[in-house]
Amino acid sequence: MPEISRDEVAHLADLARIELSDAELDHLAPQLSVILESVASIAEVAAGDIPPTSHAVPLTNVFRADEPEPCLTAEQALSGAPASEQQRFAVPRILGDEQ
Amino acid sequence: MTAVSDSGGLVDFDEALERFDPAMGLEVHVELNTVTKMFCGCRTEFGAEPNTQTCPTCLGLPGSLPVVNGKAVESAIRIGLALNCEIAEWCRFARKNYFYPDMPKNFQTSQYDEPIAFDGWTEVEINDGEGGVERFRIEIERAHMEEDTGKSLHVGGATGRIHGADYSLVDYNRAGIPLIEIVTKPITGTREKAPAVARAYVAALRDILLGLGVSDVRMEQGSLRCDVNLSLALAGSDKLGTRTETKNVNSLRSVERAARYEISRQAAILDAGESVLQETRHWHEDTGITTSGREKSDAEDYRYFPEPDLVPVAPSRPWVEELRGTLPEPPRERRARLQAVWGFADLEMRDVVAAGAIPVIEATVAAGTTPQAARKWWLSDLARRANEQGVELADLPISPEQVARVQTLVDEGALNDKLARQVIDGVVAGEGDPDAVVKARGLAIVSDEGALSEAVDRAIAANPDVADKIRDGKAAAAGALIGAVMKDMRGQADAGRVRELILEKLA
Repeated sequence: MPEISRDEVAHLADLARIELSDAELDHLAPQLSVILESVASIAEVAAGDIPPTSHAVPLTNVFRADEPEPCLTAEQALSGAPASEQQRFAVPRILGDEQ
Repeated sequence: MTAVSDSGGLVDFDEALERFDPAMGLEVHVELNTVTKMFCGCRTEFGAEPNTQTCPTCLGLPGSLPVVNGKAVESAIRIGLALNCEIAEWCRFARKNYFYPDMPKNFQTSQYDEPIAFDGWTEVEINDGEGGVERFRIEIERAHMEEDTGKSLHVGGATGRIHGADYSLVDYNRAGIPLIEIVTKPITGTREKAPAVARAYVAALRDILLGLGVSDVRMEQGSLRCDVNLSLALAGSDKLGTRTETKNVNSLRSVERAARYEISRQAAILDAGESVLQETRHWHEDTGITTSGREKSDAEDYRYFPEPDLVPVAPSRPWVEELRGTLPEPPRERRARLQAVWGFADLEMRDVVAAGAIPVIEATVAAGTTPQAARKWWLSDLARRANEQGVELADLPISPEQVARVQTLVDEGALNDKLARQVIDGVVAGEGDPDAVVKARGLAIVSDEGALSEAVDRAIAANPDVADKIRDGKAAAAGALIGAVMKDMRGQADAGRVRELILEKLA
């Protein structure tokens, strides 16, 4: 049975840039374990000869021609941003590093 | 983040090679030159005003759906074929999840365990130091499709770099531009030639991509970027050491320097009995060193999964063969053919190849110059300037057409070599086309026979003893008078004509 440890939840929270308190970690770890167990029950049904499904429709090669379409204006693009400066999206200081 | 001491010393490069064998892996990201982005119809022009080339899809707005750019897939397949890769019969895109504002979607659409191209190879040549070339076969692990990220500008802080920044400003024009990531298998057994091989590989890749016409491959604009992975093993051991990944090394010269630096740095750590930390490192072009970035995330931290919004790509074999038919001549055949056409000696051609000058010479010849004249300009004056500025020949602010024009002016007798060099100087300095520089600097040869004749008379009058020698039949003495006339004419005379005039007058 898959079980997710408190440390793993803390690591995931870190990757997702979410701050969780000790109490929240204690609360979430068992809950996530239950969810994983539920999902894992599918494995009992699927036989080894059934490949995992990633797409609901059996299509391949859906391509677009390399032709430009109208873009948003900078004003439109920035209209939903909490903050902007120099026609750019302003985001909080980044502590991590570029990927 | 673990702070890593960068204060450790460096071991002399040659000394490091006595004890350690380097292994390298090179990851090259190339931006395709498609008109539109990978998954939306936004334009991809370099240098556009910030955030003017975005749409709901590349901004990751709710409800938007990506659609693959067919031309980008075609380019990816052609790159794979040019690198002798297998082309996948069926492959998918995957989401690479990470939270960083350079991707507004909070994931990068990439390929994970199903790259479109895999198991290829290419061959590179370096000078063996004894007048010949040494060839290395570089195995290609994979070439996969993905999208570029936005560009961040870090505000505040002391250096403008990421550490110490107060906040960041992001431009998403680049987010979603098609990228092909080309990854080599570990390159081993190159020993002290490792840095040169790394450089030669990136140069060879650039030539192949240029030949395919799939990218602008301008390293200074970031359309070709290289990450250098390097580790050291004890000499003679086949156990690979811990590697570092030096990111964004953006010139051929830097690829070589970064590899050299990491060899010296890692050797010092290992000599001290410590372990090399697996991490990302930043390359500093100005100081020529690398510094610690972040500890490398494990692949599982990216929680890759198949992209549900894009259907699989299944290139039919007839399509792949059709694309194979569009491949240009492979670089080695091309070199041999051009050498024959241009009539260059082996030694001349080797220097041309080493300088990466084939494309510029070809373009200069196409603009009407003889191969030897084109070679002369690009490998002497212009090579020196490129070297001084630390850029590639093709990135100098002078075009092959402009070089050809200067040579035409020389051939027509309007310029001598010395004046031509000044014209080249002017063009490189941004003073305009050759004709404009000639005019603005007043560089044309004085073809006014009257003025020339007077200058010759003055020189004869000022140097009676030399004139006597010439009258006595010592034509070789004319050199002194030619020099005087050229000085008088501020270099703007045809030395051959001056000589004729002197000998006529003193006959």
